[in-house]
Parts: sequence; C-alpha cells; structure tokens
Amino acid sequence: MSVAGIIFSNIHDENISELTRIRSIASVPFGCRYRLIDFALSNMVNSNISNINVITNTNYNSLIDHLGSGKDWDLSRRSGGLKIFSPNRLAQKTNIGYETRLGALRTLSAVIESMTDDYVVISDCDVICNIDFGKIVSEHEKSGADMTLIVKKITVDRETAQRNSFVRSDEDGRITDILVHPTDFSGTGDMILNMIVMSRRYLYDIVCDAQVHNYTSISVDIIARYMKVKNYRIYRCDGHFACISSLEHYFAENMALLSDKKLYSELFEAENRPIYTKVRNSAPTYYAKGSCVKNSLCADGCVIEGEVENCILFRGVKIGKGAKVKNSILFQDVYVGNGAQLNCVIADKNVGIRDGRVLSGCETLPYYIEKGKMI
Amino acid sequence: MYRKKECIAMLLAGGQGSRLYVLTEKNAKPAVPFGGKYRIIDFPMSNCVNSGIDTVGVLTQYQPLVLNEYIGNGQPWDLDRVHGGVMVLPPYQGKKSSDWYRGTANAIYQNMAFIRRYSPDYVLILSGDHIYKMDYSEMLDLHKKSNADCTIAVLEVPMEEAHRFGILSTDSEGRITEFEEKPKEPKSNKASMGIYIFSREVLEEYLTRDELDPNSSNDFGKNVIPAMLSDGKRMFSYTFDGYWKDVGTIQSLWEANMDLLGEKPNFDIHDKNWRIFYRNNAEPPQFIRDGAIIDNSLITEGCDVAGTVINSVISSGVKIEAGAVVRDSVIMSGVTVKSGAEIDYSIIDADTVIERDAVVGEKLGNGAKITVIASGIEIPQGKTVAAGSMIDRSNADKL
Repeated sequence: MSVAGIIFSNIHDENISELTRIRSIASVPFGCRYRLIDFALSNMVNSNISNINVITNTNYNSLIDHLGSGKDWDLSRRSGGLKIFSPNRLAQKTNIGYETRLGALRTLSAVIESMTDDYVVISDCDVICNIDFGKIVSEHEKSGADMTLIVKKITVDRETAQRNSFVRSDEDGRITDILVHPTDFSGTGDMILNMIVMSRRYLYDIVCDAQVHNYTSISVDIIARYMKVKNYRIYRCDGHFACISSLEHYFAENMALLSDKKLYSELFEAENRPIYTKVRNSAPTYYAKGSCVKNSLCADGCVIEGEVENCILFRGVKIGKGAKVKNSILFQDVYVGNGAQLNCVIADKNVGIRDGRVLSGCETLPYYIEKGKMI
Repeated sequence: MYRKKECIAMLLAGGQGSRLYVLTEKNAKPAVPFGGKYRIIDFPMSNCVNSGIDTVGVLTQYQPLVLNEYIGNGQPWDLDRVHGGVMVLPPYQGKKSSDWYRGTANAIYQNMAFIRRYSPDYVLILSGDHIYKMDYSEMLDLHKKSNADCTIAVLEVPMEEAHRFGILSTDSEGRITEFEEKPKEPKSNKASMGIYIFSREVLEEYLTRDELDPNSSNDFGKNVIPAMLSDGKRMFSYTFDGYWKDVGTIQSLWEANMDLLGEKPNFDIHDKNWRIFYRNNAEPPQFIRDGAIIDNSLITEGCDVAGTVINSVISSGVKIEAGAVVRDSVIMSGVTVKSGAEIDYSIIDADTVIERDAVVGEKLGNGAKITVIASGIEIPQGKTVAAGSMIDRSNADKL
C-alpha cells in the first residue's frame, strides 16, 4: 500500500497577516527552530509517506528556501520525494490564483491522474500536531470509507465555532451532517482538522467532478452534497492540535511549549517520530558568565549574555549584557543590545534592538516587530 | 568517466588514538565527539568544503563502524557529489598481496589508484585528529606560486614544546632547509601540522620509492619528507597562525573543548563565514527550566537543563536534573545526570547515567586529575568516582 501526501501551504494566511506579509503560513517560524509546515511534513515522513506534493499560491519564496530539495526531511528521492507546485496560471485561463483547496487541487488534476499511489493524505500546513497517519490510513482502508476526515472532539464557544467546521456522525462514525463555519453552534462537537484520507482514485473523481460543475469547496460542494450516498467517516484523534487563528493565538501556542511540559513531549519527544526541519549547522548555544536563563526554549547558535525568562529563542539570537528579555519570541538572528528590555515582543528575523531600548506588549496583544527592522 | 580535479584531499583517519583510552575503545579517534555537536573529523572535512575541495578520500582502519556510518554519503558536508565527493577507503585484499595500512605513506600508496582517477595536479594530505579552521586554498596558492614539489603547513609553537613536533628550518623565502622529527634540541619553533600539499607526480615517485625500501617505516614525517629534502626537492612552509590543537590525549581533548568557552573564545565556532558542518539528528530545542543556573557553557539541542552547569560543554540530548551540578566538564550526547549528582573536571561519554547523589571527579585546581567515564555506564546512586579514574565496563561494577 503506498500513500501520497498533499499539503496546502497558503491556507489561512490571513489569520496571522503580520507574519505572512513576507511569507506563506507554511513557513511561519514556530517553537525555536521549526516552521509550521515541518509538522505536516514530518508527520507524513514518519508515517512512510515519501511522495509529498506541496501546493503554493502566494509569497512562497521563504517556503522554497526552507524546503530546498527536501533533503532535511529525507524527501530528496529518486522516485517520489518532495514536489513543490506553484500556481499554474495558464491552465486556469485567468489571472487570479486559486482561493480554495479544491480550486488548487483542480489545477493539479493531471498530477493526481498520473500518481500511482493507492491513497492520498491531504493536509493543511498550519496544524501543529504529532500524529501517525499510518494508523489512520489503515483504519480508512479497513472501514471501506470513501473519505476519512480527521477530527477532534472539543468543546467550543460560538466565536471559536465560527472559525471552524464541525461534523456530526452516527455511532458507526459515518458522517451525517457537516457544519461549515456555523454561526449558531456552541458546545461539544467533532471539529474538522483539515486532514483528509481518501483513495487516489476517489480524489481524482472529485477533482473531475469539481471541474465539470465548477465546485470550489470540499466541505460544501463535496461532503455536504454526497454524504448521504457516499461513505464519509470520521477518525477521532485526542492529541494536541492547534490551527493558529491569530497573532495572540500564535503567541499563546508558542508559550504553551514552555508552560506545558506534556505538550512539549508530545510534539517533540514522541518515539521514532521526530519533527524534522532545515539544518543550519549552527554551533551550540553559548551561555556567558552572568547570563540568567529561566524557563525558556533556545535553539542552537545563540549567544546569551543577559537575562532571559519565558522566552522562545530561534537560531542565532544574540542577547547583550544586562539585557532583560521576558515572555518574548525572537526569530532567527535577532540581536538584542546591552541593557535593552523586552516584554511580550515578537521580533521577526534579523531584527536589531539597540542598547538600552525598552519595549513591551502584553499577552493579549504582543508587540510585533517586522523583519529586518532596527529599533 | 572521471573529471579531472585540480586538488583532492586524502584524510588519514585510521588512527586508534590509544591515548584517548576508553573514548576510542569502539571508535576511531576522528569519530570522537567534540564541542557539543561535532566529531573531530568535521573540522578537516568542513575545512575542505569551505576551501573549495570537493573530493575527499577518508582512509579508515581502526574500528571504522561509527566513522563509516557518520560519514555516510557525505551529505552533511555537501560531499554527495556527482563528480568526486567523499569516499571511505579501507584497507583491501589484493590479487597478489593484501595488507593493512602500515604507515601514513603506505596508506596513501595503497590508494594511488583512487588518486589517479581524478588526475589531480595536487594532493592535500590531512589527518583526522586536529581541531582547527584553515583555508587550504591559500596554502595551495602558495604551493603553486612557489612552484613547489611539497608544501608543509607549520605553526610556531613555544620553544619548550618544540621537541614534541616535527620541526622545520626554513630560509628567508620559506623554503625548507631542514626537517627533524621530534628533535631533542630543536633548531626552530616551526612545527609541522601534518598537513601537506604534494604535486602529484612527485608524490607518486616518492611513495613508490619509499615502498621499495624495506627499512622504511612508510611514514611521511619519518621517511618521505626527509628523502625529498635530501634530494633537494622544492619544499616550502606555509605558516598558519590560527588556532590549532592536537586532541590526541584526554587532557588536550578536554582543553580543546574548554577553548570554545569564554566571551572571546580561543576557538570561535560561531563564525558564520566558516561553518563547521556535522551530521544532524533532528533534536528538539534545548529546554532551560526554572531554577537552572548556566554559566560560561555551551549547550546543544535536545538538552533539558534544570540543574547547574558551569564552564562546561554539553552535547545534544543531555538531561541535567534540578539539584545536579556539572562543573568544568565535557558531557557527551544522551547522558543523564540525576538530581543531587555532582560532576567536576570530567569527560563523560555518551548515554551514561549518573544516578542521584553520585559524585564524579574532583574540583579543578592545582594537581587535580581529570576523570573519564566511558559510554553506556551507570554510576550507581550515591557512589563516588575517585578523581583521575577511568571507568568502563571492566571496572564499573567494582564501584
């Protein structure tokens, strides 16, 4: 049984527009040394999926730089491996990119037709989790379903419900109803995690159908329309899943790695399921005399001379003498000058903070500094 | 088809490193871990790549498993190339005779066929037991400019230590006039670093000649270089003034690790213009817990530190529990130091567990002796490991 993967790299870009102004959501940095897409990619690689297609739309320079040949995820392969698709404008005969997952898949119909894999796992790139797709695919195969949606049972308020979609199912796990961004739903429900398993053949059928009828949405045009005649099922996962919904949420999800040791173990210490990322060959991190680091995650290549508390430091960050950095996320190669003080700051790549500057945001509204800015 | 290369490197990595004792029990010296995330061989390999040399033959002999696995296809160093790249060269069985590598010169001689494939003009000979950053292309430029047959990299060492090295005397233009291996009364302080560039034809001629001499010990320093010198070949020195350290002993390995520490370290590995490449293991970030005290230390990905770390180099995946203290030590990957344990002035090899309240080594100071614990050992709860001792499987249960 062979399984291919398809990952959408631009889904929900608008959720954290600050960070996606210069990059796709797939390449948004997360947790010290990762980019969001590392989770989807690693989950697939760890589940023996080695033919992975990444669909891009806009702003994909940083993503392409991050992925390279796919070597760091063991995806630089003679057969299969990593393939990156950019919008195929000509095929669409229009000048606008695709807006939806189904729209993107339609432009790939020739690729899907020529695949030889039995099954396809389709995933968004912004789901932070560590799961084994292998189990889900074999469950899908055993159940004889046409499509399996990965869901998580959660309790939500109306506001959160509106940002997500839910399904109802019978006791067999067959989907009976789908609520797409419901405006009047709250309570406990099976939230769709935007990870779907189906046979390659059925995916091709859907794409052809969508082309003929100009369908654009998997949930509205396919699931809602065909759930009575087709066998669509759910697969419940209970691990940690986070789909970043805003800058505050992004900040909170990073900080959760510090406060929730169980979450950290689940994501990064699962046996035989490491999360891979681009290798940068940084030296180990140097903690100078007089430095003080508390409850923080640091990547390699940092030089820390000041005080750091509750922080996420990406690779190559430098903290000057006497600097006090608290509750902050500093991206790759950020420089914090001597005596500077930061609290609740998200500093993008290559930001420089001069000696003695004092900056503060708060937990609900972290202060974001754009890439390359000098303060 | 093989493409011609201007210069290829031959890296001598077969040495046992017997003075590293338990650290090289199952591991060739070049594969000994160094500086948190590297192995010794990463330095010459990265120097090659950073100097534009893309073809490296690695000659292995002693305990090659770890080393072979580590080098693999050379991908971490960008040495998985269509033309050239890295090639591991073990001793082999021949039709007429088979032999181990009998000396540095013999090892290269036995691999002349490999060298000829790339028909290089120059051959760079390196050894896999030194820590340094060096641009070999500058040395090659000098070799070409001086129209030399052989160029030897030299380092000026303190006069009182000169007797431990191969010592060169040169004229005002840098041409070598005399070479003495470990002289009792050194005439200069220019020490050979064991890095040679030969013009290929000359190398071939002298290696063949050396091979025919039954009295030769087939060594570059002892035989080949003196023979060339006495024939009046054009031999020049290339003076290197950066950091260079032979890590052949426990003491020097510890010192070289310590040289990475400090605000202005003796040896800077954070230099982005001369990256040291290594094989990566997809470890998560390092977690520094509340209550951790870290002072003048290097810590690597995958570590989980809740205790105290002072003047130490900590490799990847090391766990240091709250209340544990690590001082002036080198801790290799996967070690666990449990709560209340204390480690002073020691080298702890990979995957060893120091149980609660165990005490290893003595405080660094006058006359203190370094303590070494081999890989995969468990130091039982509350036990004391005497300073200066060396613990491996043979004596661990007597603790």
